[in-house]
Amino acid sequence: MGLLEVDRLSVGIGRLTLLEEITFEVDRGEILGLVGESGSGKSLTALAIAGLLPLIGARVTAGAVRFDDTDLTRLDEYRLRKFRGRRIAFITQNPMTALDPLQPVGEQVDVVARLHLGLPADVARSRTIEILTQLRIPEAATIYRQYPHQLSGGMKQRVVIAMALAGEPDLIVADEPTTALDVTVQAQIIHLLTSLVRERGLALVLITHDMGVVAQCCDRVAVLYAGRLAEQQGVRSLFAAPAHPYTHALIDCIPKDGMARGSLTGIAGSVPSVAHFPSGCRFHPRCIGRQSVCEASVPAATALPGGAVACHFPLNGDARHG
Amino acid sequence: MTGAASSARPALRDNLFARAFRTKTGAIAGGWLVLLALAAIFAHLLTPYEYDIQQLSAAYSPPSLSHWLGTDEFGRDLLTRILYGARISLSVSVISIGLSVLAGMVLGAAAGYFGGRLDRMITTVIDLSWSFPEILVALILVAIIGPGVTGTMVAITVAYLAQFARLTRAQVMAIKSETFIEAASGLGASHRHILFRHLLPNAITPVLVSGMLATGDAIILEATLGFFGLGAQPPTPSWGAMMSSGTALLFKAPWIIIFPGLAAAITVVSINLFGDALIAGLDVRSRPRVE
Amino acid sequence: MATHDMADAANLLVIDRLTKRFDSGAGLFAPRRSMTAVRDVSLGVSRGSVVGVVGESGCGKSTLARLVLRLLEPTQGTVHFDGVDLGKLAPRDLRRARRRMQMVFQDPYSSLDPRFTIEQVVGEPFAVQGEALPPGRIAELLDQVGLAGEIARSYPHQLSGGQRQRVGVARALALRPDLLVLDEPTASLDVSIQAQIIKLLQDLKQDLGLTYLFISHDLGLVRYFCDRIIVMYLGAVVEELPSPSTEPRHPYTRALLDSTFSPDPGKRRHLASLTGEIPSAFNLPKGCAFAARCSRASSRCLSERPTLTTHASGHRAACFHPIVADEKEPS
Ligand SMILES: Nc1ncnc2c1ncn2[C@@H]1O[C@H](COP(=O)(O)OP(=O)(O)OP(=O)(O)O)[C@@H](O)[C@H]1O
Ligand SMILES: Nc1ncnc2c1ncn2[C@@H]1O[C@H](COP(=O)(O)OP(=O)(O)OP(=O)(O)O)[C@@H](O)[C@H]1O
Ligand code: SF4
Ligand SMILES: [Mg+2]
Ligand SMILES: [Mg+2]
Repeated sequence: MGLLEVDRLSVGIGRLTLLEEITFEVDRGEILGLVGESGSGKSLTALAIAGLLPLIGARVTAGAVRFDDTDLTRLDEYRLRKFRGRRIAFITQNPMTALDPLQPVGEQVDVVARLHLGLPADVARSRTIEILTQLRIPEAATIYRQYPHQLSGGMKQRVVIAMALAGEPDLIVADEPTTALDVTVQAQIIHLLTSLVRERGLALVLITHDMGVVAQCCDRVAVLYAGRLAEQQGVRSLFAAPAHPYTHALIDCIPKDGMARGSLTGIAGSVPSVAHFPSGCRFHPRCIGRQSVCEASVPAATALPGGAVACHFPLNGDARHG
Repeated sequence: MTGAASSARPALRDNLFARAFRTKTGAIAGGWLVLLALAAIFAHLLTPYEYDIQQLSAAYSPPSLSHWLGTDEFGRDLLTRILYGARISLSVSVISIGLSVLAGMVLGAAAGYFGGRLDRMITTVIDLSWSFPEILVALILVAIIGPGVTGTMVAITVAYLAQFARLTRAQVMAIKSETFIEAASGLGASHRHILFRHLLPNAITPVLVSGMLATGDAIILEATLGFFGLGAQPPTPSWGAMMSSGTALLFKAPWIIIFPGLAAAITVVSINLFGDALIAGLDVRSRPRVE
Repeated sequence: MATHDMADAANLLVIDRLTKRFDSGAGLFAPRRSMTAVRDVSLGVSRGSVVGVVGESGCGKSTLARLVLRLLEPTQGTVHFDGVDLGKLAPRDLRRARRRMQMVFQDPYSSLDPRFTIEQVVGEPFAVQGEALPPGRIAELLDQVGLAGEIARSYPHQLSGGQRQRVGVARALALRPDLLVLDEPTASLDVSIQAQIIKLLQDLKQDLGLTYLFISHDLGLVRYFCDRIIVMYLGAVVEELPSPSTEPRHPYTRALLDSTFSPDPGKRRHLASLTGEIPSAFNLPKGCAFAARCSRASSRCLSERPTLTTHASGHRAACFHPIVADEKEPS
């Protein structure tokens, strides 16, 4: 039983269904990677978990988001707030805009602890400095007093993570926390985030489009394609033997050391937009293994050892290894 | 130039104006403007009266079947004079704003594109004139040039120039930093090519729309100058001058001031409404994607 | 410092000690500041090769690309293209020379005029060069980059990012150039599309015998695609690798390599975390620009600026304490 269970979750806007039957779970001390190309529905899933869908005019149309056995989709805004920020922290896709430009960054971290843990100002302050130090911010007491524009991108990102940690959450949902950062800084931040999760036994849903990041730090992976879950597995078996043709193709899109020139070919076609989702398996127009049934009917999720795959013709182990 | 780039601007006019006409307010307002323009052009065919023949016996007739909108203090048919007045009002404002847009775009584009000292020179002059209200600039100019149609036109052209120059400059500066401009120079494009094929076509739409809106203001400005006796000189009818002569007779023959005033008001409102419809249709990027 | 041999016929492009300084406008309250976006960069690109330029955001990669195509005037230094000094060309001749060297831009969204149809975009090079458009050439170009002919009449906003980037490539190919400068052509695209475009570029290079200067922030991609790699840090070249598999000597290249996430969960690395902040380009330290983040830095690094020194044929690095071949980087 996971700390967070997303169970056949569907999300819609107006008459459009943007997410369909998304299912996965995360437990304490575990990192789940949620991957997919742009527009596959990663951010929507994150918003759904945090109960923030109304912000963009969307709503949960079916399914449940169970956190510690409470179905968050059935809570009203008032009761949701007891979870959000306190037990579930959310790091948005563009963290640079998450900071108020007119307030010293340290105070912005304080606010979280004072609001959710009811700490007095001076205690909150020393706690903030402690967290910033843990995040390897040099001279945290000085940084505490600075304004966002005085900090580099990587530094701001660490402040945003500090805000997420300040409420002592059990679950962090991080939506592409390093996309805007340089590779060296990205490596630092990811490293930091994952070691925090391990040390404190938090659960982390790490949203990214970077299969490299997934391979290096996640325990399990859920692959989204066009609003549906293509595949979910443990990270090692997913990379060693992807069951879904999309996962397989996606892994093949990343240049690897010693790869021969010309072996990178990409996936033909492009990710469909919501208004033009293909019938049947949504991946079928781009899939090299498709048959006529793929166009006609939606593949149901079938169980794999430690996961599930939604494909009429999942790649079998031999072909996967060969 | 070869065929490829020479038809670079088709997306602009057909779309924008057609789309404005397709909205309800756009159709009503645009319809009024078209009707008025046609009536002004064919005024000599539409009415049996002359605008300048006095018939004192019929002076101060209220609206009737023979004089739909009544007559003025000299017995001239008011409807006839309003239609002929529309010729002056519309042509003066449209031509002057047209000239003003043209000159403003040249100055604004030159300043925005070439920058440097040229920009500083143009901007200084423009900002100076921008800091006075249009009416003041116009009054000073008419005072210098002398009253009459030419004076009015010069006054309106200059009074609004700053607005268009500033807008064009801002547009050009914004578009200049887009990558496709750099791409064009990377292909070996000349300044002329970049200005006329890329910058102006992309900058022109908002300027045209603001020109449209300014035409309404210009009608009022023209009427105001006419009201002070600085516009078209008698007996040439102008809405402003007609209203001016009507003020003294407000209680004796209220129609003399009411109808030219109404004509001006409806026209200005129509122009503004049509301008709004144009703005609403400005988003030319609303075509669907192809897969 | 080694200056490249101008007469070397194998080099299509020779950049010599190129420097670009930007002065930030002195405002009423702000003092005039100047920053060097590209400092003393020299490199040669031989015919038919792919040279990669890699570095983090703001290190001057795009500025270098613009200098190469003379879209920017260098503060110092020269660019020779096929033996001709571009700086000595009259504007007319420069415009003509541009047909042989073209650029593909980073952002496929703003690099196409929204009012042009695809046909007009791809035909523009001919219009600009005052040349008649050969019949069927547009269809041929679109076909070459893998686009359907029907697309010719659509507008850029009707296309996806990958399709637009293909249009950008078609435009660059229109006049049959010899050199393409590719400024992060896939940075804003999904990986599946990135791989498509890279494949396309590879095929085109083979078919048309093109030479590429390929700019990217992705060392993994550059190592896959390029023959030779230039690593830039804060405007200067810190290392030049003669082949993609050469072990780096410069600690910064090493850090870049260690920061790349390998898509293999079996090979998890303890990620080398660089500490320290990237210095401001307006206020570069006196010594090595990387010293503040470098684990090997000595007092000499803080006071003296290292220059590129040759370690092996074609392998140069600017570091006082380069990593030696059989040394394992401590983690
Ligand atoms: N407010 C909205 N109205 C309509 N459609 C929306 C809205 N928000 C998102 N969508 C659609 O839902 C789909 C999923 O969007 P989402 O933002 O979750 O993608 P993502 O996987 O996070 O992509 P990215 O990697 O670009 O952030 C997209 O196709 C998007 O167009
Ligand atoms: N026209 C300009 N005026 C002033 N400064 C500039 C100009 N162009 C670039 N710069 C500065 O020069 C530096 C290098 O910029 P450049 O665009 O070359 O970086 P880059 O390596 O291409 O980065 P990115 O990966 O973000 O594209 C930056 O600090 C930038 O702010
Ligand atoms: S269901 Fe068919 S089309 Fe979809 S991924 Fe599997 S094989 Fe390909
Ligand atoms: Mg997203
Ligand atoms: Mg760049």
